[in-house]
Amino acid sequence: MERIPILKMGDFLLVTIQVDLYDQLAENLESDLVNAVKKNNSKGVLIDISSVSIIDSFMGRILGNIGIMSRIMGAQSVIVGMQPAVAMTLVELGLTLTGVSTALNVEKGMELLRSKILLSEGQSYYDENNNTE
Amino acid sequence: MMRTTTLNKLDFVIVREQDVVPFRNKVKEEAVKIGMGILNQTKLITAASELVRNLLKYGGGGTVEIESVTNGRENGILLRFSDKGPGIKDIDLAMKDGYSTGKSLGLGLPGTKRLVNEFDIKSAEGEGTTVTIIKWKNG
Amino acid sequence: MEDKSVKILKEKKDAILELWVSKQMAQDSYFNADDQKEDSEDFVSAFLSALNDTNINDQDARSFEKVHDVLMGISVSRAKRGFTPRETGVYMFTFKEALLETLSKEITDPVRLYEDSLKVSKIIDNMAILTFEAFIRGREDVISRQTDEITEISTPVIRVWDGVVALPIIGTLDSARTQVVMENLLQQIVETGSTIAILDISGVPAVDSLVAQHLIKTVSATRLLGAECIISGIRPEIAQIVVHLGIDLSNIITKSTLASALQTAFNMLQLEVNKKKGNFINS
Repeated sequence: MERIPILKMGDFLLVTIQVDLYDQLAENLESDLVNAVKKNNSKGVLIDISSVSIIDSFMGRILGNIGIMSRIMGAQSVIVGMQPAVAMTLVELGLTLTGVSTALNVEKGMELLRSKILLSEGQSYYDENNNTE
Repeated sequence: MMRTTTLNKLDFVIVREQDVVPFRNKVKEEAVKIGMGILNQTKLITAASELVRNLLKYGGGGTVEIESVTNGRENGILLRFSDKGPGIKDIDLAMKDGYSTGKSLGLGLPGTKRLVNEFDIKSAEGEGTTVTIIKWKNG
Repeated sequence: MEDKSVKILKEKKDAILELWVSKQMAQDSYFNADDQKEDSEDFVSAFLSALNDTNINDQDARSFEKVHDVLMGISVSRAKRGFTPRETGVYMFTFKEALLETLSKEITDPVRLYEDSLKVSKIIDNMAILTFEAFIRGREDVISRQTDEITEISTPVIRVWDGVVALPIIGTLDSARTQVVMENLLQQIVETGSTIAILDISGVPAVDSLVAQHLIKTVSATRLLGAECIISGIRPEIAQIVVHLGIDLSNIITKSTLASALQTAFNMLQLEVNKKKGNFINS
């Protein structure tokens, strides 16, 4: 069965969704990711959806679930690169994904993920990184 | 529902989840053909994706007619989802935000209605459900 | 039996045209003789050459399509040149009068005259309806083009700082406009990689619950992309209305002026704006 690859990079898990999602694929991703977080003891999950042109309520819910599940397991998650048309469609559908962190691109997403991890570990991110923009 | 003229029509049979992606691609293809912009395309395909899930989940599969239509002033895509499932008991209730019989968020039907320009649902208990939507090119 | 009326009308083409033009002139104070005579001549030729023994009984006959095309063209161009609906109506109705008068001169049998007049009336009335539809469509085209233009020029997205874009909204915010505003804003956010967007509504005349809903949608969509949205330009009366209508804007960062929104943006980006130190006169 088709599966979306999950890459491990240090404390992080990286997922780049390159194909259009359908229900089974999204469900597989959800369970694979949660298992991978446990197996690798990951601190952060970054999901790049810049190539995804359709997100309906089911797939939106899966993305929300991934955020909540990772948080319960002690990992932070960020979704990056949502296309404007997808964002507007989700809002019209009534799905605002509150509780899911988002960022414009992978670079900004990594930055956000790091700061969230530092915050959750009780340190102030900006104390250590005074030179950020 | 508004009076329209059909310019082009094709049927798509949906019986398994694997049919969904090719179906969505076909809808996109037809939308591109009439010159629909990216935002309206996305809304249309998202609506189609919601409805095709209902077709599989509640109707046990069915057919979708994909038509490019015109109302004389503007072109659009019409999709008609027909199943022979158990039908919907209370359509008004099903169209309410937040209502769901399944485990979903209950955004399906009312959310879908907001994504398209025309939305029509007919259902008879025990006979099946037909949902017809139209998205105009610049709608 | 050959339909005599068709033959009569075809033979009397020049007389009909002359009669029609003179009738138009009588009704119409600023009838531009050359221009409109040409229009009328085109139409009479098209009509009479299409008319035959079968389609005189059928107003929807396919053979009238070419006539309808000519008529639509005239109608749309009149709408665009600013003719009144009355002038366009007079155009069709005087034509009917001209035809009927011609028939009444030639046909002596009253029963026949009545029957044929009815047939001709039916065809022309149908054309009159088409004319009005085309006329209105012509007007609508003008309006929708202007609307498009207004929407386009009134949603400029300005890059005010590295990572900050601003969009001043001027005029009423309806759902179609919100769509365009949102599309432009989100596109610019992605293109410039900006993490903060300022939506200034100083130029929006009224805010009701619908407008507020549009604003909330825009903010939600911005957040989905991974940027924050500040709404500025909240005038005192807007603040009052928002509270009185019970609209919940608590999840949205709102500021009274663009300047304070920019200040908030700087804070969020951990930027500081300082006055330059040092003496410039001596240097």
